[in-house]
Amino acid sequence: MAPAASILSIEDLSIAYDRDKYAVKNVTATVRKNAITAIMGPSGCGKTTLLRAINRMHELYPNISTEGKIKLYGDNIYEMPTIELRRKIGMVFQRPNPFPTMSIYENVIAGYKLNGIHLKRSERDEIVETTLRDVTLWDEVKNALHKKGTFLSGGQQQRLCVARALAFKPEIILLDEPTSALDPVSTAKIEDLLVELKQHYTIILVTHNMSQAARISDNSMFMYLGELIEYEDTKTMFTNPKDPRTEGYLTGKFG
Amino acid sequence: MNSDKITKYILFGASLLILVVAGGMLYSLVEGSLPSFRVFGWKFLVSPEWNPTQGDQHFGALAFIAGTLFTSIFALLVAIPLAFSTSLIVAEYFRKTWFANVVSTCVDLLAGIPSVIFGLWGFYALRPFIVSIGLSHQGFGIFTAGLVLAIMIVPYATSLSNSIIMMVPNELKEAAYSLGATRLEVIWNVILPNARSGITASYILAFGRALGETMAVTMLIGNANILPKGLFSTGNTMASVIANEFGEASGVHLSSLIEIGLLLFVITAIINATGKYIIKKFA
Repeated sequence: MAPAASILSIEDLSIAYDRDKYAVKNVTATVRKNAITAIMGPSGCGKTTLLRAINRMHELYPNISTEGKIKLYGDNIYEMPTIELRRKIGMVFQRPNPFPTMSIYENVIAGYKLNGIHLKRSERDEIVETTLRDVTLWDEVKNALHKKGTFLSGGQQQRLCVARALAFKPEIILLDEPTSALDPVSTAKIEDLLVELKQHYTIILVTHNMSQAARISDNSMFMYLGELIEYEDTKTMFTNPKDPRTEGYLTGKFG
Repeated sequence: MNSDKITKYILFGASLLILVVAGGMLYSLVEGSLPSFRVFGWKFLVSPEWNPTQGDQHFGALAFIAGTLFTSIFALLVAIPLAFSTSLIVAEYFRKTWFANVVSTCVDLLAGIPSVIFGLWGFYALRPFIVSIGLSHQGFGIFTAGLVLAIMIVPYATSLSNSIIMMVPNELKEAAYSLGATRLEVIWNVILPNARSGITASYILAFGRALGETMAVTMLIGNANILPKGLFSTGNTMASVIANEFGEASGVHLSSLIEIGLLLFVITAIINATGKYIIKKFA
């Protein structure tokens, strides 16, 4: 596969939690800019580890070893300061996790606050409003900006978390099964949102949900036991998988 | 009657017994205090004079209330930075490592050491040291007692705040890290705001321990029945004056000691209830 404009290239990446226990094995792939790339595979296949390697969140665990490179616009992210990298690559987690001690407003600009970046009142207001509009949450919360984010519904909380990740205008947004804790209506809203957001951002999405990958992703990776088995245009993968393991997974033989 | 019911009644009876004993204790304290209260009334609380000489007897608790608060607050101020650092080391920086295990086990062991041993150590090690660096002539007083007391309450302040800090959900910390926060920023902006009330409560409970601590304080505070004049002054606490004098006291003297006991009982009950309320409400 030769993506038109690539933003990220993963080069022979291997990650081991313990010595010789590889969660990700020799993965090589390029990720297309302004597209949604889905990473699928059964539990324990390494998809979340691969995702977390892209903003180096996997390094929070001790004893982890990483070999290979990931390049963002050609620069190896393992040679960048993590703080800088994580501002360029935002992340949304499995369960909505707004900061419970902060208001909705503060949650949106939490990245600035955490990094000690001082903004003028007008700049903050501007960022909060545009970001909340981007995640289609503004109309629902504009009169409750200074209430705690934890009062929102699960789906609204997750959109707030997307807003928090977007406030820094990152290049890439990583999402780790962002709808697995949500009801179908909230899931649909998040999916619509992601399709909307890919105009301005590159999205990488780990999902357990094959139909979700089929609905919204442009490209799909299928991982199995730490290896990248197949990486294709989503339509091609779902209609004409090359590897028998991909086919087995997609047809529900295992997973 | 089936065995379930019998078990239930036995358990009920046992726990009721505890209530009865606690109630009885309070009753004895109130009853024992009455003779003193009849003589001195509310002035007992504000009079600093304590004179057991027959014929010229006069009793007031202010010197001991002041001594208790002074010693305990000083102990708390010394203990907080120690406890706070220990909690962050054990529950965050070295979380789940052998080092955190060793530190938290040692801190817990401190809680199990009998207070008379702290007193001995204070008497034979800390006190001469304080004399040798010229802080005080004999080394007895608020300062020495407070320092030992501080070490004694550190385990109470840490063990609860450790578990509160560990309870801060990992997903919140990860959210902060994913926004480019450093560890220090995560601690200040995520861990502490989420654990704040629990940590406060654990310090309040530790303060409650300090108020009632008797043996080690009695051995080090100098047992002078006067209002403490400063940090290096001698004094006496509510608990230590009772321990020192109850054996030889009788009549109004004894009743005054019991009234001090009642006061201490009420104060520590209020402090403990406050701490527990904060934990329940916010943590």
